[in-house]
Amino acid sequence: MSTVLPATTTDLAAPEAGVTLDLPASRALDTLVGRAIADVPDPEVPVVTIEDLGILREVTVDEAEHLVQVVITPTYSGCPAMDAIRVRIEHVAAREGYTASVTTRLAPAWTTDWMSEEGRAKLAEFGIAPPGQRAAAAGPVGVGLSVRQVACPRCGSSATEEVSHFGSTACKALRRCTACGEPFDEFKAI
Amino acid sequence: MSTHTAGLTASQLTARYALQLGDDALVYAQRLGEWISRAPQIEEDMALGNIGLDLLGQARVLLSHAGSLDGTGRTEDDLAYFRDERGFRNVHLVEQERSDFGFEMARLLWFSAYQAELYAALVASADEVVQGVALKAVKEVDYHRDHATQWVLRLGDGTAESHERMQDALTRVAPYVAELFDDDPVSVAAAEAGVGARPKSLWDNAFAYVSRVVSQATLVLPEQPTWRSRGGRDGIHSRPMGYLLAEMQHIARSHPGATW
Repeated sequence: MSTVLPATTTDLAAPEAGVTLDLPASRALDTLVGRAIADVPDPEVPVVTIEDLGILREVTVDEAEHLVQVVITPTYSGCPAMDAIRVRIEHVAAREGYTASVTTRLAPAWTTDWMSEEGRAKLAEFGIAPPGQRAAAAGPVGVGLSVRQVACPRCGSSATEEVSHFGSTACKALRRCTACGEPFDEFKAI
Repeated sequence: MSTHTAGLTASQLTARYALQLGDDALVYAQRLGEWISRAPQIEEDMALGNIGLDLLGQARVLLSHAGSLDGTGRTEDDLAYFRDERGFRNVHLVEQERSDFGFEMARLLWFSAYQAELYAALVASADEVVQGVALKAVKEVDYHRDHATQWVLRLGDGTAESHERMQDALTRVAPYVAELFDDDPVSVAAAEAGVGARPKSLWDNAFAYVSRVVSQATLVLPEQPTWRSRGGRDGIHSRPMGYLLAEMQHIARSHPGATW
């Protein structure tokens, strides 16, 4: 008998702008294979998982056929990590005895607001400033990229400046702390 | 191949539209990639590479969509690597040779100002894939536009030399700007079908944006050039296009059927 466990429900409607969207616990993620998939690390930032980042949108496990359907969403249109993530999902599913079918979904578009609190904390610990809340761009004045307040993940000082809009990957910018002198990556808020 | 749209099914029309948007993104991604290791700073190698990567991501989805809708079953790779010059529908702006950094920032400013308006409109597209690309790209393109803006301001309002060269770059890019905003038959038909946007309707906002940046940068927009580019949407290209395709396609054509 085939038991199709419910997928996560986050993709039913486009989330409202600025609303933090936590991937709700689903029974699919309580299965061994679901958990193994959710724990796939980001290839560029291995301290965070695809669940932490909000890249994992849906997991459907078919116990009878040993199939698992996975929906992921890219952080950026051309993110080269997507292929590595897809291969890794297929690999961990195979290890648990399942065949994974991975599809990429563009809409609703990924936003840093989907990143879990745990993911943010892990990023900061790893030395990457977590993204600010996109919705917090308050006030009537257009806030330029170079005047955002970003705390240094090493010393905590907010005396930091942007070195470059773009960092080592599409999702990061490069900053420098003027208090402790350390350069660091910032996960861009989009 | 003719560009009139009479007799096209809805799917074929959407395929044509996705193809030309995808070609703009693909060809500009190829040009931007050429900057890696040649930019004035290593941060710019990464920046231009990353912008190119975003555009390549748009192109991959749009070309795959075009190939699946037009009835030929061509993949993104078939369309990128095995079409000849006349089959490409991109505007001339994106195929022009890499020049100095000022030229690239002038080109990026215009192209991202155009794309920002384009994708803002396509967020309402009746086609799910076009809409999906737009929802994702609209935020990325905003970032590209900001990057070009920061550089145009810095170079225009910088030293006498950087000012002069940025002004010269705006003049050199100017003949290729109008083509972006020409109402071609495919875009017009796609707009009428609720799938696309009329390029002309994007002009006012894009022009206002670029004008504001240019004047803040203490530069002036050049006068309407006497010659301007045309024909990209009909597959008529300029001299640099053949060289670009030769470089982009030769590996795939030397090893047909190879995958990675």
